[in-house]
Amino acid sequence: MIQSFFKTREVILGVAILVLLIAIASRFPAFVAPRNLANVFNDTAPLVILALGQMAVILTRCIDLSVAANLALTGMIVAMLNTIMPGLPIPFILVIAIALGALMGLANGLLVWKLEIPPIVVTLGTMTVYRGIIFLISNGAWINAHEMSPSFKAFPREVILGLPVLSWIAIFVVIGFIVLISRTPLGRAFYAVGGNPHAAVYTGINVGQTQCAAFVLSGALAGLTGYLWVARYAVAYVDIAGGFELEVVAACVIGGISIAGGIGSVGGALLGALFLGIVKNALPVINISPFWQLAISGSAIIIAVAFNATSNRTKGRVILKKAEHAQ
Amino acid sequence: MSLASSEISTTGRQLPDRLKSPIQRFLASWELLLLGVAIAVFILNSFASPYFLDPWNLSDATFNFTEKALIAFAMAMLIISGEIDLSVASIIALASTAMGFAVQMGAETPVLILVGLGVGLACGAFNGFLVTGFGLPSIVVTIGTMSLFRGISYIVLGDKAYTGYPSDFAFFGQGYVWWVISFEFLLFAFMAVLFAVVLHRTNFGRAAYVIGNNPVGALFSGIRVPRVKFALFLLTGLMSGVAAICLTSRLGATRPSIAFGWELEVVTMVVLGGVNILGGSGSIPGVVIAAFVMGMVTFGFGLLNVPGIVMSIFIGLLLISVIALPRIAHRILARRKV
Repeated sequence: MIQSFFKTREVILGVAILVLLIAIASRFPAFVAPRNLANVFNDTAPLVILALGQMAVILTRCIDLSVAANLALTGMIVAMLNTIMPGLPIPFILVIAIALGALMGLANGLLVWKLEIPPIVVTLGTMTVYRGIIFLISNGAWINAHEMSPSFKAFPREVILGLPVLSWIAIFVVIGFIVLISRTPLGRAFYAVGGNPHAAVYTGINVGQTQCAAFVLSGALAGLTGYLWVARYAVAYVDIAGGFELEVVAACVIGGISIAGGIGSVGGALLGALFLGIVKNALPVINISPFWQLAISGSAIIIAVAFNATSNRTKGRVILKKAEHAQ
Repeated sequence: MSLASSEISTTGRQLPDRLKSPIQRFLASWELLLLGVAIAVFILNSFASPYFLDPWNLSDATFNFTEKALIAFAMAMLIISGEIDLSVASIIALASTAMGFAVQMGAETPVLILVGLGVGLACGAFNGFLVTGFGLPSIVVTIGTMSLFRGISYIVLGDKAYTGYPSDFAFFGQGYVWWVISFEFLLFAFMAVLFAVVLHRTNFGRAAYVIGNNPVGALFSGIRVPRVKFALFLLTGLMSGVAAICLTSRLGATRPSIAFGWELEVVTMVVLGGVNILGGSGSIPGVVIAAFVMGMVTFGFGLLNVPGIVMSIFIGLLLISVIALPRIAHRILARRKV
């Protein structure tokens, strides 16, 4: 039992993160100061939130490549709303952001559910469509800090009990997901649909509907992050969070969430996101050009997926195994 | 592609008692419909802009799709066999960076060609090895290598660019063989014929279909599935290398962001050409016509001063609707029968 505990992805990742932190701390002790670690977590919070949404989607054998575009479009819309109606209270903006994101997720989900179009095609398509719409509504212009109201910008930075609101939201999303995944029928359904869709149908689960729900969830979280992102960086334009969807998928794959569906945990997704976040924040500290980051996350995806395949290999009956090996 | 969501359908493929005659099949084919769209776009474009019908303008328009189509031919075969390669645009970036590096080392044009093709092959081999050697899903592997290959370009180049390509290297992207026929267009036409023959007239092409329809069945019927898949990844890498040579020669410079987002356009071209994204069916003539449609549409938009990002909305909508519309039509027809 102890052996199997040490083989779980969460423990391996946790150890990897510790080793990484110790290695950095041995030369740059300031990096592991609590203050700085809190900053790193705050910086990684959007990735954590999106990785959890993506996890739900991947659990149901789908993939959502439109999250970054969804985030950018929602961010642009709420920023424009804020410039038109600076007096709009923050709770309203939060609700609008979540609803808009959920709507875009629903568009993905319905195409996957009702028309049975492969998710990769749907979200590749909506990814460009959502990005394009930002250009259409903004005419390619930026919305800068001075056009946003102070309260709009201040919300994610507001410090409560030593942590900014952005970090607290990530923490609440993590807790919410733990409850959702382990304590609700929907959470069970995600695993059932991804683990064995045929069996899920026989147990009375609507496969398409569950997948659609996962997309709506992922979209809603992307919408929420859209507002937080735009408010935190105090700028909105067409290309914000460009390519971020790959980082989100990378966090999930590194966290041990099987792209074939049905396998994964909240802890895994969280640690996968933290791992990438620490690497990203450590690069400038240890004096490596930020241009290395893309290659590093690419390698991390490949290593993680190879690792997933070897550790999760099914022990089922394989006909012609010999023939496969003979080649 | 293990992300297929439509694995739930329980009924097998319905085989008709008697095959329809070739003419009947042609009349009901996706290719004919697409050809109609191509002609309609052509006519609309010539009305929309007086400059469209100029032979030199039309020749310029072909550059919009020739390089992408070169990759799309190989990608079509790969998708038919049930795999996908999302790293093609990043292979272009890496191959182009390698060629730029070779120029700095004082390499001549023949060496540049070898470098471009070699890097393409190496990247394809890496993808193929990861997918067939470890049995990994190609979609995740190539999302990973997509970051990795372009990431290496960024490490090498950062915010700089390679220029100073030799003047005779410019022929591949800017040269004309005869009157308005560019070298790229000739290469496109030649590759179209070559790939059509390979896919539709050889054992290798047939194997791609068989694997896409039933990988286990293919294994049982003696097809060396991993070897065929590996070859297809090699081929896709090689064609990305060819496209990298043409594009680099045409632009005369290499930046790490070169060909950014092309994987989407290549996949869209393949799917628009009637290739089933889940594998098993599709044709090269379809992809050729799809290439013309996409090229003509982007060129027409360009003449009307529509910005590039609006074109990408159109391409995204096109990708979704070409898959959605036949399904909706099929559903309406099925409902009418009941």
